[in-house]
Amino acid sequence: MIAQSPLLDDRIPAGPIQHKWSEHKAGIKLVNPANKRKYTVIVVGTGLAGGAAAATLAELGYNVLSFCIQDSPRRAHSVAAQGGINAAKNYQNDGDSVWRLFYDTIKGGDFRAREANVYRLAELSAGIIDQCVAAGVPFAREYGGTLANRSFGGAQVSRTFYARGQTGQQLLLGAYGALMRQVAAGRVSLFPRREMLELVQVEGRARGIICRNLVTGAIEKYAADAVCMATGGYSTVFYLSTNAVNCNATAIWRCYKQGALFANPCFTQIHPTCLPQSGEGQSKLTLMSESLRNDGRVWVPKQKGDARPPQEIPEAERDYFLERRYPAFGNLAPRDIASRAAKAVCDDGFGVGSTGYSVYLDFAEATERLGADVMRERYGNLFAMYHEITGENPYQRPMRIYPAPHYTMGGLWVDYNLMTTIPGLYALGEANFSDHGANRLGASALMQGLADGYFILPATIADYLADHRPDGLGTDHEAFTTAAATVEERTRHLLGVNGKQSVRDFHWELGRIMWEQVGMARNEKGLRQAITDIRTLRADYWRNVKVGSADTDLNKNLEFAGRVADFLELGELMARDALERVESCGGHFREEFQTADGEAVRDDPNFSHVAAWQHTAEDKVPTRHTEPLDFEYVELTQRSYK
Amino acid sequence: MKIEVKIWRQAGPTEPGALATYTVDDVLPDMSFLEMLDGLNEQLVARGERPVEFDSDCREGICGTCGLVINGAAHGPQQACTSCELRMRHFDDGATITVEPFRARGFPVVRDLVVDRSAFDRIMQQGGYISVNTGSAPDANAMPIAKEVADRAMDAAACIGCGACVAACPNGSASLFVGAKVAQLALLPQGDAERKRRAVAMVQQMDAEGFGNCSNHAECEAACPKSISVDHIARLRSEYRKGAWAALRRNEKRNDQR
Repeated sequence: MIAQSPLLDDRIPAGPIQHKWSEHKAGIKLVNPANKRKYTVIVVGTGLAGGAAAATLAELGYNVLSFCIQDSPRRAHSVAAQGGINAAKNYQNDGDSVWRLFYDTIKGGDFRAREANVYRLAELSAGIIDQCVAAGVPFAREYGGTLANRSFGGAQVSRTFYARGQTGQQLLLGAYGALMRQVAAGRVSLFPRREMLELVQVEGRARGIICRNLVTGAIEKYAADAVCMATGGYSTVFYLSTNAVNCNATAIWRCYKQGALFANPCFTQIHPTCLPQSGEGQSKLTLMSESLRNDGRVWVPKQKGDARPPQEIPEAERDYFLERRYPAFGNLAPRDIASRAAKAVCDDGFGVGSTGYSVYLDFAEATERLGADVMRERYGNLFAMYHEITGENPYQRPMRIYPAPHYTMGGLWVDYNLMTTIPGLYALGEANFSDHGANRLGASALMQGLADGYFILPATIADYLADHRPDGLGTDHEAFTTAAATVEERTRHLLGVNGKQSVRDFHWELGRIMWEQVGMARNEKGLRQAITDIRTLRADYWRNVKVGSADTDLNKNLEFAGRVADFLELGELMARDALERVESCGGHFREEFQTADGEAVRDDPNFSHVAAWQHTAEDKVPTRHTEPLDFEYVELTQRSYK
Repeated sequence: MKIEVKIWRQAGPTEPGALATYTVDDVLPDMSFLEMLDGLNEQLVARGERPVEFDSDCREGICGTCGLVINGAAHGPQQACTSCELRMRHFDDGATITVEPFRARGFPVVRDLVVDRSAFDRIMQQGGYISVNTGSAPDANAMPIAKEVADRAMDAAACIGCGACVAACPNGSASLFVGAKVAQLALLPQGDAERKRRAVAMVQQMDAEGFGNCSNHAECEAACPKSISVDHIARLRSEYRKGAWAALRRNEKRNDQR
């Protein structure tokens, strides 16, 4: 029996799963329309979750302060999502339904997500597409004028809506437009080029944030009635990942250190279709949309070290290993399974390319069947990007791909209302942990970000605000002064180290440890080693890092230095969480727990729970709390995509 | 490879700037242009010098954050390519490369290669959206939109808002940026209700921000990393004319009634 921590009240409504959300909404307290403008809500981050939430809260009448680290809200990293967004519209009449999307998502997450949250997500999915179309998102269409769909990994129906290979961009620009409309209406104040460096609590409630103005370097204070974190994920802890170079965990890490619990930090997703690493100076890994697996076939030569160009390797001498191992899903097996399979063939010496760490993704068969024009229409921008980066033409020779850190399912623990364990502090989108369990399915991140931002938070936040009337709290309160002083002290400390090694060197080394020990495959020995190594590296950081110029105005190296300091703590928590979760599930693959043919083996009696970590003191082991996951509607099975 | 770079250094918006010369060793052909600059900054930090400030984020050509004028061309010599996507294999070993910020009256320099493009947000605030509140949308398939129309709207919507069009234009005009958004929303039936007001308001804001007008050089299309066509500027003008004419008629009617 898994213990329910008293700190973790999930507030999941009673009643049948189909009615939970509608009945919950009906019971939520409301704020009178005339009173809404008296409330101020801070939203940090302007991606799909943050942008949609800020715009919708303003439409409802709240006074919103919107923050982002980019120079414009339109550049948040949601912009880079390529493939699409899932929705249970069943426009294809292929048997899709809210239930099936719910089931696929729970199963894809390897039964480590909350049923009630995932059902709500599936239920809201159709409304998201309606909203985006009304906002002018130019989704792909059929000749008859109706919306087009494509298939994605982990599903046997075609339910993914897309806008060429730029779906994230188009959805983000829709939310950004809505946000700009509210800025013009005077209900949203924009604060770009700001980095949140501290959360301010007054009497145990989240009441504001401290930011660094990235242009002037000024430390700024902002007060509000509630604070929403929509700051994305933490894959850049690996240094090389598909995330943008400014993506970081600092904002949620500050919340964690202020007492918000951090759930399932070890649940990270390694995306199967990325460009392989090429050199030391590399700053990131580029993702090639998973949608490519619709028409691309993944293979390696059957013979180890076969150096022939791929076109010259005859069909009979190729191993289409995903089709061989997973005949039912083939190249569309879920991300964690496809990634591990690619690693396995490379570890066994069948990999291709100069490093031996890549596999082919071949479009020859699809091109012959559909023609080059159709391929260009579907994947033109991706092929062009691949060509520019690698210098190889994917219309003529297969792409080379390899898995890379991409998405983090873990994040701040939230209840059904998306509130963290700190009253008045909410977490949305990738920054929270709630819907994807141990593995996220393709095209589900955009769905969750927009569900949280457009529909869930704007409804649930009223329940809290109605009970906490505006009290005129200003930034002259001593809590703000203290928090700002902490931030300034941390900056002074970083600049004062003035050691010998660059910030990048430390980040690179942390990334190496994380990739090798806390990456695609983990084991007890490696995880213990990682914890020791990270602690040593962290101690060295504070003795030996060189931030360089001590200027406190625009100084990107100083920004990076602060983020890496936090990653050095987060990395340890990830390793610890992975060590304590003594089972394999989804993206968390413990080598000790696998079947004879290399599939993950879960331990449901002992680990069918959310692990949420509570900060105790600097350099002390945090406390692990558990929230049991009860499955009333789906039967726990071993995932099989065979 | 060994590369010599001449980089624009400027301490602040009102400070004078100048080109400074640096040498970067150990450049690999597969490196991106920005990774070459990362390498330079590592050297500068090690020497205790202030690194070159430049903006970048996604490093895969979609966020629009990066923007450098490389050897006189916005985003460098490659067609349909952002600064972050540009690879060093397009330069010769031993080459000298000049790197400057996007220059325009509407984009004041913040520091070194970083410019302030917030004018683009203010233009968007004047109408770069469809006014629909969350929750009020009909079924997504209720309004069929011909594939050709949706595709053309998508061509326009591909704009990443980087500002290369402005940097490339001899007039410092933002017409391609504004035209792309106006065209996207004018093509789609959802945007029809506001199309006349939108074009006029966005163009007025573009003027107020200090961007020039279009005189058909088409440098913008050549520099655009997403190859957005100047045809959208033609549509912008058509929309603006209709909108301005409608506004004129409204004023005349109002005067007649007085």
